[in-house]
Amino acid sequence: MEINDFVKNFAEQFDETAPEEFKSDTNFRDLEEWSSFNALSIIAMVDEAYSVKITGDDIINSHTIQDIFNLVKERSK
Amino acid sequence: MDNPFSIDGKLILVTGASSGIGKSIAVECSKAGATLIITGRDSDRLSQTFQVLSGGGHIVVSADISSDDDLQKLAEAVPKIDGVVHAAGIINPKPFQFIDRKELEKVMNTNFFGPVLLTNEILRKKKINKNSSVVFVSSVSGVLCSFFGGTSYSASKGALNGIIKGMALDLAPKKIRVNAIIPGMVDTGFFQGTSISEQDLEEDRRRYPLGRYGKPEEVAYAAIFLLSDASAWTTGTNLLVDGGFTLI
Repeated sequence: MEINDFVKNFAEQFDETAPEEFKSDTNFRDLEEWSSFNALSIIAMVDEAYSVKITGDDIINSHTIQDIFNLVKERSK
Repeated sequence: MDNPFSIDGKLILVTGASSGIGKSIAVECSKAGATLIITGRDSDRLSQTFQVLSGGGHIVVSADISSDDDLQKLAEAVPKIDGVVHAAGIINPKPFQFIDRKELEKVMNTNFFGPVLLTNEILRKKKINKNSSVVFVSSVSGVLCSFFGGTSYSASKGALNGIIKGMALDLAPKKIRVNAIIPGMVDTGFFQGTSISEQDLEEDRRRYPLGRYGKPEEVAYAAIFLLSDASAWTTGTNLLVDGGFTLI
């Protein structure tokens, strides 16, 4: 898996924020659009695209997109 | 004086008894003098429930009600009963665009097909006594409201809502009553390890007019009412137990 694809998949879970605003070091909680519903979408996307289970608490404990990417990478081994 | 709310001496089947609301229902029913047949998927946790039941003569049958084979086995194993409480249920919150047939089938199998077909099977075997009570632990979700990511869960509970009304009519000549309890959120760890975080739950908890989530035994008391002869003229209804959640 590749970080750029992951950032793109991550960005797709948002309806209002422009895709170019998403970088691997983006602190997603600072985004104006961020809500717990985006968290639900990201968890479902990770499950569907990478077959990896992450929880709501995993999202709470992450700050950047890279953090979640690392978690997914670790669990997909 | 006879207590109309008593379930003393009744034989009650409880599904989903290995944890959460089902476990509490089994425990409270046993305290109230009923003899229990408890069932659930996890045999270790099921025997933990068994250990904490009051009184004697209870039966444990481990079974997964989403499996037809287990369902048959369970229907074979149960004696003639005076009531059943369907408390087995699963939840897997995800936004609508991510659900698919497999996801829907999984949730519907455990939350809808399992309890409905189990009731059907024990009825075919003539194991539900006259004046019995069938109780489904449903939800406010799918009947009065829903929640983000709750489409498949709400669909299963909405389907139950429909079939309960039909069952109540069809079973009325046999004097078997069919009702549901529709709880709001109850503290059971149901959402543990799902996409809903502890922080989300903390925020949600504050939205309840009575200031907290429900306790499992508060659903159990509603089940005891519906199992008892105090509700002898109550059928086809949804008993709302939600701390005022759906008022606002």
